[in-house]
Amino acid sequence: MKRLLLTAALVAAPALAAPTAITGATLMTGQGETIIANATLVFDNGRITALGAGLPVPAGATVVEAKGRIITPGIIAAASDIGLTEVNGVRETNDGGARQSAFSAALDMSTAINPRSLHIPINRLGGITRAVVVPDSASTIFGGQGVVISLAAGGPTLTRARAFQYVEMGENGARLAGGSRPAAWAQLANMLAEAQRLAANPALFDRGQDSGALAKRLDAEALAPVLDGRQPLLIHAERASDISEVLKLKGRYPALRPVLVGAREAWLVAADIARAGVPVITHSLYDLPDDFESLAASRNNVGHLQAAGVTVALGALGGIGGTAPFNLPAYAGNAVAQAAVPGGKGLSKGQALAAITANPARIMGLADLGTLAVGKRADVVIWDGDPLELASAPVAVYIDGVAQPMTSRQTDLANRYKALGRTDLPLQYPR
Amino acid sequence: MRSMMFTALALATAAAAKDKPLPPPPAPPPEIIAAPRDPWPSQYRPYPAQATVIRGATIYDGAGRRIDNGMIRLDGGKVAEIGATVAIPDGARVIDAGGKYVTAGIIDIHSHLGVYPSPGVEAHSDGNEGTSPARPEVWAEHSVWPQDPGFSRALAGGITALHVLPGSANLFGGRGTTLKPVYGRSVQEMKFPGAPYSLKMACGENPKRVYGNRNQLPSTRMGNIAYARQLWSDATAYKRRWEDYTRRAQAGTAKPTDAPRRELALDTMMGVLTGEILVQNHCYRADEMANVISMAREFNYKVTTFHHAVESYKIADMLKAEGICSAMWADWYGFKMESFDGIKENIALVHNAGACAIVHSDDENGIQRLNQEASKALAAGRRLGIAIPPETAWTWLSLNPAKGLGIADKTGSLEVGKAADVVLWSAEPFSVYARPMNVWIDGALIYDWADPKRRPLSDFELGQPGVGEVK
Repeated sequence: MKRLLLTAALVAAPALAAPTAITGATLMTGQGETIIANATLVFDNGRITALGAGLPVPAGATVVEAKGRIITPGIIAAASDIGLTEVNGVRETNDGGARQSAFSAALDMSTAINPRSLHIPINRLGGITRAVVVPDSASTIFGGQGVVISLAAGGPTLTRARAFQYVEMGENGARLAGGSRPAAWAQLANMLAEAQRLAANPALFDRGQDSGALAKRLDAEALAPVLDGRQPLLIHAERASDISEVLKLKGRYPALRPVLVGAREAWLVAADIARAGVPVITHSLYDLPDDFESLAASRNNVGHLQAAGVTVALGALGGIGGTAPFNLPAYAGNAVAQAAVPGGKGLSKGQALAAITANPARIMGLADLGTLAVGKRADVVIWDGDPLELASAPVAVYIDGVAQPMTSRQTDLANRYKALGRTDLPLQYPR
Repeated sequence: MRSMMFTALALATAAAAKDKPLPPPPAPPPEIIAAPRDPWPSQYRPYPAQATVIRGATIYDGAGRRIDNGMIRLDGGKVAEIGATVAIPDGARVIDAGGKYVTAGIIDIHSHLGVYPSPGVEAHSDGNEGTSPARPEVWAEHSVWPQDPGFSRALAGGITALHVLPGSANLFGGRGTTLKPVYGRSVQEMKFPGAPYSLKMACGENPKRVYGNRNQLPSTRMGNIAYARQLWSDATAYKRRWEDYTRRAQAGTAKPTDAPRRELALDTMMGVLTGEILVQNHCYRADEMANVISMAREFNYKVTTFHHAVESYKIADMLKAEGICSAMWADWYGFKMESFDGIKENIALVHNAGACAIVHSDDENGIQRLNQEASKALAAGRRLGIAIPPETAWTWLSLNPAKGLGIADKTGSLEVGKAADVVLWSAEPFSVYARPMNVWIDGALIYDWADPKRRPLSDFELGQPGVGEVK
C-alpha cells in the first residue's frame, strides 16, 4: 500500500487553465480513422469537455480560431531519453545507464529527470507532449524503472514515476549477463524468483539465505510490481527466436505484462505476438541487418504487426542515426508510405497517428491520454498541415490545457544568427 | 646537402649539353617521372541502357530548374534531351509519369557504406585506422566490402553516387573514394570513373579524444592544429622534392634511382597541395572551421567541404567568401558537445547566405532518405522566413554534392550530355509519402520498386531470414 500511495502523490495534478475553445479545425482523434471536420474542441481545467462538428462555444471561453488547421492529440514518444540525458557524449550529463552500479532493477529514473532539460522545449516544438523515458541496461540485464514525463513548460514533469521496468535480452542481454543468451534467461529467471521469494517471506530473505542468489534486496523488491502486473516489463528483443522466448514468459508468470521493444524480426512471428496480446514498441524505419539478431529487418514490420492485430507504438529508438522524438510524426508518415510500395506493408494514416498517440498511452496504461475524447487530459496540438508530413509543424501546443511557449534554445540561436552583418556590438549581445 | 649536390650535377650536365648537342634522351616511363596519380583506376562499366523517354512528370533538374509537365530522354547512358517536349526515337521505352516527379539522382557526399557495413560486427569495422593521428596513406576503398546490404538500400532511396570516407578518429583519416551504388565483385567495379580522390580530415573532439586517451599528441584542439600544420609542412617539402626531381627527370638530368622514395602518406598530402585530391573536412564548430581556413591559407591548399558542419550558419558569409561547401544534417544536434548548437535552420541559413549547402547522411539509414532530410531543412527555413523553391533545394542533394566531389561535369544535374542518373518518384519528392519507383544510373534501369528482378540483393542477404521481403 505504501508504494501505491507514493505513486499517487507523485502523479501531480494538472495545472489549472482557463476554458478554451478551438474552432474551425479538422480533428484527427487518434481513434481509428475518425476525422471530424469543422470541429470545435473545448477544454477546461486541463480536460477535454466537448468536441464535435459545429459545437457552440461555451460562454466565457477563450476562442482560438483554427480554420484550415489540423488538430491531433499530443504526440507521445513511446521510447526516448528526454530529461535523462542532456548531451549523450558528456558522461556526467547522461543518467541513462550505470555500468558500475551495484544495483539495476531498483534504479529509479524519476530521480534523474531534469524538468529544465533543453530537449523538452525542442521536442515540444515538434508536438511531443509526453514521453516514455527508457533507461539503458548497463550493470545487469535490468535497466531499472522508467518514467512517463510531461513536456509542459514549468512542469509538472513527472506524469508517472516508476511506470515500467526495462530489461535487455537478445545480444545485449547476453553480453550483460556474462556472454550468452542462456545466461541472460537464467539471470531473468533468478531475479524474478528472488522477487517472488522476497514477496512471500521478507524475513527469510533478510536472514541471509540469499547469499548465493545474486540478487540485491532493492532489486528484488523493485521487481514485485512487475510480477503482479502493476508495472509493464519492457523487454528489448530483436531476433524472432528471442521474441518467441519472451512470449513464453506469460505462461510462467501469469500476471506479467511484457512489452516488446525493438523487435526488428517480429513480423516473422506476428501471429504469435498477437495471440499472446503483447504490444510492440519499435521504429518504422528499421530495414538493415544491423547485426545477427536483425537479419530479417524490414520496414514492413510495423504493417505486418498491425495487420496481425498487435498494438504497435513508435519510439525514438536507437539504430536509426539522429533519431529524435520530434521526428516521430514523420516516422509515422513513413509507415504510411510503406503501404504504397509494391509488396509493402504499412499503416493507414489513422493507424500511424495512433502509433504515436493512442497506442503508447494504452501500452503504458495512461487511460486519460492519447486520444481526443471528452474526459481526457487536454494534450492538444494544432498543426499547420498534415501532421505526418515532413514540412508540417505545430502552430500551438497545449499540455493539460495550458498553451505552451513556442520557442527553444534552437530558435534562439537561429534568430541570433539569422543576420550575420556586423553592427555596433558582437552578435553575442541581445538585439 | 645532398640536394645541393644533385643540383650542381644537373647544372654541369646542362652545360655539357650546350657545348655539344646530344640526341634527346628517351622519355622515361611516366611512373619514373612523377608519383603515379591513379594507380587503382575504376573498372566500373555501365550496364546496358535502353533509350527511355519519361513524359508528363514534374522535373527538378538538380541545377535549380523546374519543368512542369516536362519530358526527358535518356539515350546512350546520357541525358539526351530535356524540356517541354523531346523526340521519341523508335524503340524507345516511353514512361507516362503524369503526377509523378523526376529528379537528378541523389549524391551522398558522406557515407561509410562498405567500410562500416551491415551487420556491424567487429570483424566488419574497417573505417578508422586509428593507429596514428595521421594516416593519409590509407584508402577507404581498400576497406570497402562490396557486399554491404546498405548499398541496395541506398539505391532504393534514389542514390546514384556516394562518397565513402574513412572515419574521424584521425586528423588525417585517409583517402575517400566515390562509388556508384551498383554492386560489383570488387570495389574497383563500383568506382565512379574519373572521380577525384578526397582526403578525409577531422577537427575537434574525436582525434583529441582518441589520442589524448593514449596520452599522446593530440590531446587538445591546439594539439590538433599543431600536428596538422607539421604534416602540411612535411608535405610541402615532399612536394618540392618531387617537383625538383620531375623537372630534372623530364630534362633527362636525373637517373630513375634519383627518384624520391614514395611515401604513400605524403603522396596523398601532395595530391591535395597540387589540387588533385579534394579535402573533405569533418568539422562541427564555426570557430574550428575558421582555424582550418587559416591553416589552409598558410599551406596553400583548399578545403572543398566541411562535413557535419552544424555551426556553418554562424559563419555562412565566411564560407561563401571562401567558396567552401557545408555538408550538413537536417536536424542532428546535441549528441556531443561540438554538436550542441546544431539547429534545424542551418541548411537554409547557409543557402540563404549564398554559400554552398549539401545534405549529407554519415549514416546507413539516413542515406536512404536524404530527400526527407532536405525537406525538413526546407520547412525549417520557411518557418524562419526563408522561402526556397523545392527545385532550388534539390541542388543540395545533387549538383552541390557533385561539385563537392569534383564530378559536376559528369553528373549532378539533368543537363544534356551528363550521365543519365535519374530518379522517378511516386509523389512530390519532399513529401514523406514519396518513394523512388525507378532509378537509372548511366541510363541503365538499376532499380524498379515493382520488379523484384530489378532490386539487388547482396550476397550476404542471400538465403537469410526475411529474404524476398520488401525492405
